Amino acid sequence: MFVTPAFAQQSSDGALPDPVDTTPAAGEVQTETGVADHGEAHGAFPPFDSSTFASQILWLAITFGLFYLFMNRVIVPRIGGILEHRRDRIAQDLGEANRLKEEADNAIAAYEQELATARNRAAEIAQAARDKAKAAADAERTKVEGELAARMAEAETHISAIKGEALGEVDAIATDVVSELVEHLLGGKVTKAQAAAAVRDAQAK
Amino acid sequence: MATDKVDPIHQFNLTKLIPVEIGGLDLSFTNSSLFMVLVVVSTAAFLYLTTSTRGLVPSRMQSISEMSYEFVASMLRDGAGSQGMRFFPLVFSLFMFILIANLFGMVPYFFTVTSHIIVTFAFSMLVIGLVVVYGFWKHGLHFLNLFVPQGVPMLLMPLVVAIEVISFLSRPISLSVRLFANMLAGHITLKVFAGFVFSLGTLGALGIGGAILPLAMTVALTGLEFLVAFLQAYVFAVLTCMYLNDALHPGH
Repeated sequence: MFVTPAFAQQSSDGALPDPVDTTPAAGEVQTETGVADHGEAHGAFPPFDSSTFASQILWLAITFGLFYLFMNRVIVPRIGGILEHRRDRIAQDLGEANRLKEEADNAIAAYEQELATARNRAAEIAQAARDKAKAAADAERTKVEGELAARMAEAETHISAIKGEALGEVDAIATDVVSELVEHLLGGKVTKAQAAAAVRDAQAK
Repeated sequence: MATDKVDPIHQFNLTKLIPVEIGGLDLSFTNSSLFMVLVVVSTAAFLYLTTSTRGLVPSRMQSISEMSYEFVASMLRDGAGSQGMRFFPLVFSLFMFILIANLFGMVPYFFTVTSHIIVTFAFSMLVIGLVVVYGFWKHGLHFLNLFVPQGVPMLLMPLVVAIEVISFLSRPISLSVRLFANMLAGHITLKVFAGFVFSLGTLGALGIGGAILPLAMTVALTGLEFLVAFLQAYVFAVLTCMYLNDALHPGH
């Protein structure tokens, strides 16, 4: 058994019973021997004091093991879940925004289509109204023109009738004038028939 | 005990709070065990309580938990690929435990769990053991390809394989010693400079004037130690990711 001064002191400090054969491996105890010579006042340099190794490893295994289990079971799934959920939510919101944008675009397109249709229809209606008005105006005009033409023709026939009448009377007047002239200038008497013949001769010339 | 106040090693002493002994093994509940429990309970409680509302819009505290989650997740994904995510709970636990243990050590009169090599060595053996077991379980003897880099001339192969084997075997040592030594040396340095302040301060007016220098040094070192506390936890986690990458993809 390797019982170094340091080890012995350590044992007595901690009120440990004498180490039995299952104590730390011989090699470790020997390392301790080498270091222990430097710091006899405080035992071995603490980080190299192999008598504390077993306790540190045990408690490290317990604490770190529990820590690992807790991380593995609770914390990592939880934070991973939070981040995942956030990523999903952002993707979902982006999708929703895209969908709404598409909807708005569709609405705008529909609105514009509607507007174009309405404009076309308005143009059509206006055109129809215009055509109708024009047709009515044309009909009115042709009617008025026809009436005017009829009236004009009537007037013309009237005029020509009057003119004929007047011309007919001109002969009679001329005959009267001839008989009067002859009577006044020559003092003779001409018959109506003679005067008429004379007028007809004059007219023929 | 007056000398203990300025003894830089005293802070690493283990004191038995609840002596336990089973079969000759000293399994006492020490101050180290107490701080392991404190680290675990406070970290778990923080992570548990800050995420209990599961806010869609995180509160500040919930953001801290989420940031540490995403920090480790991106570290692991970069280091070991998406297949490495199956080790996420372990890497996350390691990172959080070491980080909080390191930061706890910065509180005066608190014990630094990670300043004992057996603790850091246990962590590194856990990682390397996992790498070896998982590597052989997943790839069988192909896991040994890890030691045979491709494209090396046959003549150099024995040398390269030897170097690879040695570098693999030195991993648990370098991984544990790096963390342990950083914590130990940092705390000793802090204590030494703080001790100078104390010693010089007892020497009268001139001493008090002279104590300003180590005091400034102590303040600067405290800042540095906070950085180291985070950095070493980060380095440990990153190297864990890289080693796990070897177990997942041994063909380089």
